[in-house]
Amino acid sequence: MEYEPVIGLEVHAQLLTDSKAFCSCTTRFGNEPNTNTCPICQGMPGVLPVLNRKALEFTVKMALACNCTINETSRFARKNYYYPDLPKNYQISQYELPVAEHGWLDLETNGEIRRIGITRIHMEEDAGKLIHDENRPFSHVDLNRTGVPLVEIVSEPEMRTPEQAADYLRALRSILVYLEVCDGNMQEGSFRCDANVSIRPKGTTALGVKAEVKNMNSFRNVQRALHHEIERQIETLKEGGRIVQETRLFDPSTGTTAPMRSKEQAHDYRYFPDPDLLPLRVEPELVERMRSQLPELPAEKKERFIQLGIPAYDAGVLTASRALADFFERTVELFPNPKAVSNWMMTEFMRELKGEEADISCCPVSPSQLANLLKSVEDGTISGKIAKTVFEEMFRTGKEPEEIIREKGLVQVSDTDELTAACREVLDANAGEVAKYLSGKTKIFGFFVGQVMKKTKGKANPGLVNSIMEEELKKRS
Amino acid sequence: MPELHDMTASELARVLISGETTSVEITRSLLARIDKLEESIHAYVTVAPESALDMAAEADRMIAAGKAAPLTGIPIAIKDNMCIKDRKTSCGSRILGNFKPPYDATVVRRLKDAGMVILGSANMDEFAMGSSTETSYWGPTRNPWNTEMIPGGSSGGSAAAVAAKEAVVSLGSDTGGSIRLPAAFCGVTGIKPTYGAVSRFGLVAYASSLDQIGPIARDVKDIALLLNLLCGHDPRDSTSVPREYPDFTSVLEKSVKGMTLGLPTEFFSKLDNEDVSRTVADARKTFEDLGIKFVDLSLPHLDYGIAAYYIIAPSEASSNLARYDGVKYGHRAEEYSGIIDMYCNTRAEGFGPEVKRRIMLGTYALSSGYYDAYYVKAAKVRTLITNDFKKAFESCDAIFCPTAPSPAFRIEEKIDDPMQMYLTDVFTIPVNMAGLPGMAIPGGFSRDGLPIGLQLIAPHFKEEVLVQLSAAFQRETDYHLKTPAL
Repeated sequence: MEYEPVIGLEVHAQLLTDSKAFCSCTTRFGNEPNTNTCPICQGMPGVLPVLNRKALEFTVKMALACNCTINETSRFARKNYYYPDLPKNYQISQYELPVAEHGWLDLETNGEIRRIGITRIHMEEDAGKLIHDENRPFSHVDLNRTGVPLVEIVSEPEMRTPEQAADYLRALRSILVYLEVCDGNMQEGSFRCDANVSIRPKGTTALGVKAEVKNMNSFRNVQRALHHEIERQIETLKEGGRIVQETRLFDPSTGTTAPMRSKEQAHDYRYFPDPDLLPLRVEPELVERMRSQLPELPAEKKERFIQLGIPAYDAGVLTASRALADFFERTVELFPNPKAVSNWMMTEFMRELKGEEADISCCPVSPSQLANLLKSVEDGTISGKIAKTVFEEMFRTGKEPEEIIREKGLVQVSDTDELTAACREVLDANAGEVAKYLSGKTKIFGFFVGQVMKKTKGKANPGLVNSIMEEELKKRS
Repeated sequence: MPELHDMTASELARVLISGETTSVEITRSLLARIDKLEESIHAYVTVAPESALDMAAEADRMIAAGKAAPLTGIPIAIKDNMCIKDRKTSCGSRILGNFKPPYDATVVRRLKDAGMVILGSANMDEFAMGSSTETSYWGPTRNPWNTEMIPGGSSGGSAAAVAAKEAVVSLGSDTGGSIRLPAAFCGVTGIKPTYGAVSRFGLVAYASSLDQIGPIARDVKDIALLLNLLCGHDPRDSTSVPREYPDFTSVLEKSVKGMTLGLPTEFFSKLDNEDVSRTVADARKTFEDLGIKFVDLSLPHLDYGIAAYYIIAPSEASSNLARYDGVKYGHRAEEYSGIIDMYCNTRAEGFGPEVKRRIMLGTYALSSGYYDAYYVKAAKVRTLITNDFKKAFESCDAIFCPTAPSPAFRIEEKIDDPMQMYLTDVFTIPVNMAGLPGMAIPGGFSRDGLPIGLQLIAPHFKEEVLVQLSAAFQRETDYHLKTPAL
């Protein structure tokens, strides 16, 4: 029997607010443990939560970008469970009435557009962190992250392959980053995902028993974990076994999932409306204000770039991050040849950026500098080849291209007399090769050109060299 | 001049401003009174003489500098569930027995800013769960009128302190009657303001949707002064209502002629105590003499009030009290192996039987599979009760009834019978369920000489109606002037 995987994803994204969801503590990452805390996020007796309006605004933005219906009234609920990183022993979340529901996302996957339903988007607070002492039987509690606002985005079980799941996550993360509501960092945990996975005989519609898979901290691991889990479920059924509803933990070192807790051990979270927070009203004015603030989203931007003549693949890469897309557009403003800018960014630029962890904010080259470099190529001041050397130097030093060209004497030699002399010298020095060429081995033409480039330290105008060399060889036939 | 501890806040404020006495002298008088009576009453969990005298000295400086507010220099007792910075706030529980909050509750901040003198923390039922102040980890408080009797609860310490003149005024909190019941049993005046009128920030939560802080005093004039201080929006409490409040002292002398009081038949059909019935009848006469009309009315869902309360309050409590786990503050068991064991031992040792009972009730009611049958249904009942009151107020300015079905009962009389204990709050609980303001005023005495309280209930944010009616009643009667022989 052939099986079809059914995948739904729950994403938690940390919102980039300055202060926490229900108190005024800073959300800054990396401070000394327990310094970003106050009686409220420490869960002291008698404290009360007050909602950070910014967190609501960010959530509404995300919900709009995911085509959700915003509920005019929603409710915060308490999710009750005991854990030392949760000072109140309940998490303020949303349950019966989330901020937003019924959205969707179109994603390009495996060359086709697939629409994935978004079940709901809601707000909640993050928990703290436990640090386990390796030498003594103690654990330490760090509450700096406690109360940092999260948005939870729950998809419909509408993905059929691990690759679709990864594409969905990429699309979601890209939107979050575009909206500047989340930094999307999976390693640091500001963008986390759990997956619900089941399988069913191909062609059927009923859902199988699902397993929830946790602990996947990169796109690659999401795919690995899902591949393994799907295989495991298929194998289990093929061997006559049964899938049980359970939570499983992915182990990146082995690439496998293992049971964490069974359905019987599952928590009863005893959700109920949080009496400390009034029903949350999202006024239509707020929704409209957020809608008017929505930037052009990755899918629209990609489409627009394609209209500019950029290949679809390149447009996808350039719009994967808003900063990269902005860089491209600012460069095109100064050097209105989108294709050339795109080519350059897809090659040299990406190569250099990779070494810098692909973070464009660390890029020492500005759009105007790149535009100037491209102008220098266009007007023939330097060759395309030299431009690559200049760009490496720009990236390394942050200097202006003109300065580097001048300092290193890289201006292209287009003087016909000079180049003719150089060509003659090369031909004189390689009489044997000239004879071969003239006897029909025209393939070695490139060798002569190469010698001229070497002689001129690459500065010779390649087009001119080609035509002069041809002329000179003709003269010797 | 009478003895300083005999005087009310408004009387003391007058002699403070005129310079006839000082806050330090008043505070000393109260501290001496506490010294003398605490052994027999036990109204306080903590008395803080040194800081009280420091605050009194500061108040005297404020008065001398002409910066006195109406209650500057007046000593007050605070229920042990309101956070006072760096001072033990135990909520009557062993689990917070060593807890010193790093911050002031909003109400405490307001008292401090007004130059009031905090004498100490008043005893209470553990986590405000009780009607007798017997569930306190620190032992029961005794009724100043008869020390064999309970003072009512859960704010028993706050009411007893005022009745015994161990405090001029006090703060209590009321979740199902916890201000009004002890006020009635101790023969003093107390009000539970509208839910949302007084900030709950810094009030150790029992049932968040029902808890409300309010004042207890010897007469309604002092209540008005304290309401002026306490009511007001607090941005740190999302359930605090942003609105303007009147000067509650402005209605103290206002005529009540032509006003209408409603008599809920469901309340009166429950009355089987002769003393209470007689007191209510006498009070009705007094009000009628003041020109007030009475109308019978019906609150049909009242009978479900206690049942619904004992779903909603424990449900919220089970979640509110989850934080007392020994991880961060408060009591932690010494013996344990592993985190679950630490939780269990800490909570087993730290909580008393009534708190455990309510945590279990609430945990059960919120459990998957039971939530709809219990919590959701109780919430619906709550809405019905609220609507009953709304409808009732179409035909009257306020509702009139007794505060409790009987006068104070004996210590240990009901402690092993939770159902009987819960029924003590039958007249007060519906008021919390609807979030309404309710005032308890002394209405007379039983044949055994125990105080009997009357209750007035007004529409949301109509505290001034309660002040106006109570002030009129106290102009005509002297029950509030009677004091126990101690």
